[in-house]
Amino acid sequence: MAEYLIKNGFVFDPVTGVKGDRKDVAIRDGKIVDSVSSSAKVYDASGKTVMAGAVEVHAHVAGPKVNEGRNYRPEDKLFGTRVKDSKDTRMTGGFSIPTTFKTGYSYAKMGYTVVMEAAMPPLYARHVHEEMRDTPIIDQGAFPVFGNNWFVLEYLKNNELENTAAYIAWLLRASKGYAVKVVNPGGTEAWAWGLNCLSVNDPVPYFDITPAQIVKGLIEANEYLGLPHSIHIHANNLGNPGNFQTTLDTFKLAEGYKANNKFGREQTMHHTHVQFHSYGGDNWGNFESKADAIMDYVNANPNLTIDTGNVTLDETTTMTADGPFEHHLTELNHLKWANVDVELETAAGIVPYVYSPDIKVCAIQWAIGLELALLAKDPMRCFITTDHPNAGPFTRYPRIMKWLMSKESRDERLNTFKHADKVISSTLLAGLDREISFYELAQMTRAGPAKALGLAGTYGGLAPGMDADVVVYDINPEGPFTGDDIERAFTDASYVIKTGVPVVQDGRVISNGNKRTLWVDAKVNENAQVMRDVEEKFLKYYSVSLKNYEVQGHHYIPNPYAIEVDATSEV
Amino acid sequence: MRMETVTLTIKKTPTLMLEAEAISPDGLAGKSLDEIRALPVYMGREQFTIGDYFDVAGATGATAAETKVVVKGDLSRVKYLGTKMSAGELVIEGNADMYVGAWMSGGKLTAKGNVDAFAGTGMKGGELLIEGNAGNYLGSAYRGDWRGMQAGLIRVKGNVGSDTGYFMNGGEIIIEGNADVHVGTHAEGGKIVIKGNAKSRLGGQMVEGTIILLGTVDVMMPGYKYIGDEDVEVDGAKIVMSAYVGDLGERHRKRKGVPIYGKLYIKKAEPADAAASREARLARAREAKKARFAPPEGTASA
Repeated sequence: MAEYLIKNGFVFDPVTGVKGDRKDVAIRDGKIVDSVSSSAKVYDASGKTVMAGAVEVHAHVAGPKVNEGRNYRPEDKLFGTRVKDSKDTRMTGGFSIPTTFKTGYSYAKMGYTVVMEAAMPPLYARHVHEEMRDTPIIDQGAFPVFGNNWFVLEYLKNNELENTAAYIAWLLRASKGYAVKVVNPGGTEAWAWGLNCLSVNDPVPYFDITPAQIVKGLIEANEYLGLPHSIHIHANNLGNPGNFQTTLDTFKLAEGYKANNKFGREQTMHHTHVQFHSYGGDNWGNFESKADAIMDYVNANPNLTIDTGNVTLDETTTMTADGPFEHHLTELNHLKWANVDVELETAAGIVPYVYSPDIKVCAIQWAIGLELALLAKDPMRCFITTDHPNAGPFTRYPRIMKWLMSKESRDERLNTFKHADKVISSTLLAGLDREISFYELAQMTRAGPAKALGLAGTYGGLAPGMDADVVVYDINPEGPFTGDDIERAFTDASYVIKTGVPVVQDGRVISNGNKRTLWVDAKVNENAQVMRDVEEKFLKYYSVSLKNYEVQGHHYIPNPYAIEVDATSEV
Repeated sequence: MRMETVTLTIKKTPTLMLEAEAISPDGLAGKSLDEIRALPVYMGREQFTIGDYFDVAGATGATAAETKVVVKGDLSRVKYLGTKMSAGELVIEGNADMYVGAWMSGGKLTAKGNVDAFAGTGMKGGELLIEGNAGNYLGSAYRGDWRGMQAGLIRVKGNVGSDTGYFMNGGEIIIEGNADVHVGTHAEGGKIVIKGNAKSRLGGQMVEGTIILLGTVDVMMPGYKYIGDEDVEVDGAKIVMSAYVGDLGERHRKRKGVPIYGKLYIKKAEPADAAASREARLARAREAKKARFAPPEGTASA
């Protein structure tokens, strides 16, 4: 019986409503408990901050496009390769596209214990799972992409909701996926025809269906199944001046739907990396922030959750299933471009990008990301991400926390941009005085994302019965501290326990933990039509057979954590 | 400012390549001889110290600018000498391996022998003088990177290998001898002077920048257009040269509506010379072809 007692820290836990009280956290056999015996191992957290393990809702950390990024950017790992922390760990390298080992260690050191891979091409699900398997410590799940999938487009075109749901259930099981991801709905398929969908009403060539129909159909199917997470969408028209209108149009598609699930999730749409979707103006000259219009809508509509996609002002590697966007980007910055079409399912592109503080647009993007979080009235519905590595590497989260929690640090950055005056006049940031509190931070990085993912009973909190993911940060929330103290404390946690096992101590990895792979096992009535369609498409179109497609067995998922959903009904 | 000199003499040939990034004015300045001997060098996955491989004598200045480093012996298995140096002086008295003066931003580096590939990679400033020959990828970008030499001066007394100035963005490379294939590929700035002869692919995919060739070129790129003769100054002398613009197959930014091209200058041959140089060029090509199809030495012909 393994027992631990984290003693006397300042505890912040939105699940139990604890706001910085000095409390003990007791752990027995991987779970949070009310109390432990006197033989428990004690960690003295006096003067330090204690939170649950953080939950990453959206990052590109495993799979073919991440690996192609590593392949085609040797310069990303030129400097900063590090030798082992201890005999149990491996060498690490890479900055914006780190090795799987660095991914696991760096998240763990920052106190993250659950990380969702945001876009899994089903055809390459095996690769995604192999990389996740090789990413130590953190529990992971992956979102297969559905928004440009031929099955989905055909079923939704014919308003076949049950077939769409049965196909989703089948693909989640086949790819061992966690949620329904939608990337540039219809637009990525249109890209295969040399086109794009820049509004929710642009029809997809051949399939003759609009992004609006795809999104609404997938929301209906998602709620029909009662999946733990809502649909997770990256809307059309990403990255273009004036796109905030498309974003609002996309938000509105979720109106009128009610969340149907047994996991306590309330939203019917999660919109990701909203920073890239909150732009005003109609060209790069009059480019401006529309974070206020976006957040007014989000604040008024509790059926939505968002994550920010904060620009960190680094050199990074953009990668997305939004194929047409990456082509657009390489035309803008003339840097190297990789692109792939994934048969019947999706596509992907990769382009390096330098977010320079000397470039006005980059600085405005930086400001917008922060504005979204600072304008959020409900921190349980707005989560901090960098859309790693698109707006910056996830290893910069502590720096974003610094900017959000310290107006002084934020203003220092804002006022020293090369085009500070133009940036200030095109954004709202200079007028925002809010500083995110430790409690709100725990909502934005723990309880909020866990709830949105349908994992509120397991992760993101310190209530008895929940998994024992506990982090101690070396910062006294009663102060005094500077912005840089915040960044330092949240970069290297003092102590991290993952499912009851100490994995990080004093910023060093001490164990590879007990990594699990989350996936959703949705049961539906037997559906002969969908199974016939699957077999037919594999015979006619796919380059692989079904047997070489499905993710099965210990090799891919040595330690599965299946979440079961029953959507069968009386016939 | 008083310059102090520290001398490192290699004691034994490393079995594998020794990575000695610490050997630069920046890496050694302000350190005692014992501290220098304890600095890490790497061979494969093993870590050693400078003292394991070098005798260290002399003294260092307080800063890089006050420090002159002299490295002696056969350094042909030592990499990264003078990497990232920002000031002071480094003299390499023997042949050196790859990455000499890579990412250097200031100071003066003199290599008295030959250097292998990637010398002056990503160079940002300072002066790199190579008295022997340089290998491939002189003044280039690191693998995958699009930011080659940015500024500074590289002068080579001998010949250079292939891919000189790959992705070059600024600065100047002067080659007294001959250049192998691929010069200024993908360049977006900077200037390369070749005083000897060039083989082929001068300025392939060059967007901006200048290449000046005083000798002959075996094969021209098809993407270059002759625009007339111009006077060009090379090392203080004015020379009439044929001017070409290109690479026409690439995108080119415009200034006031006029596209900016890469420029290639080739010394005008006298009419009589032209025939001779063509003859010499064809003879070289014939030799190369013969060598390529010749049976390996020692094999009996059937």
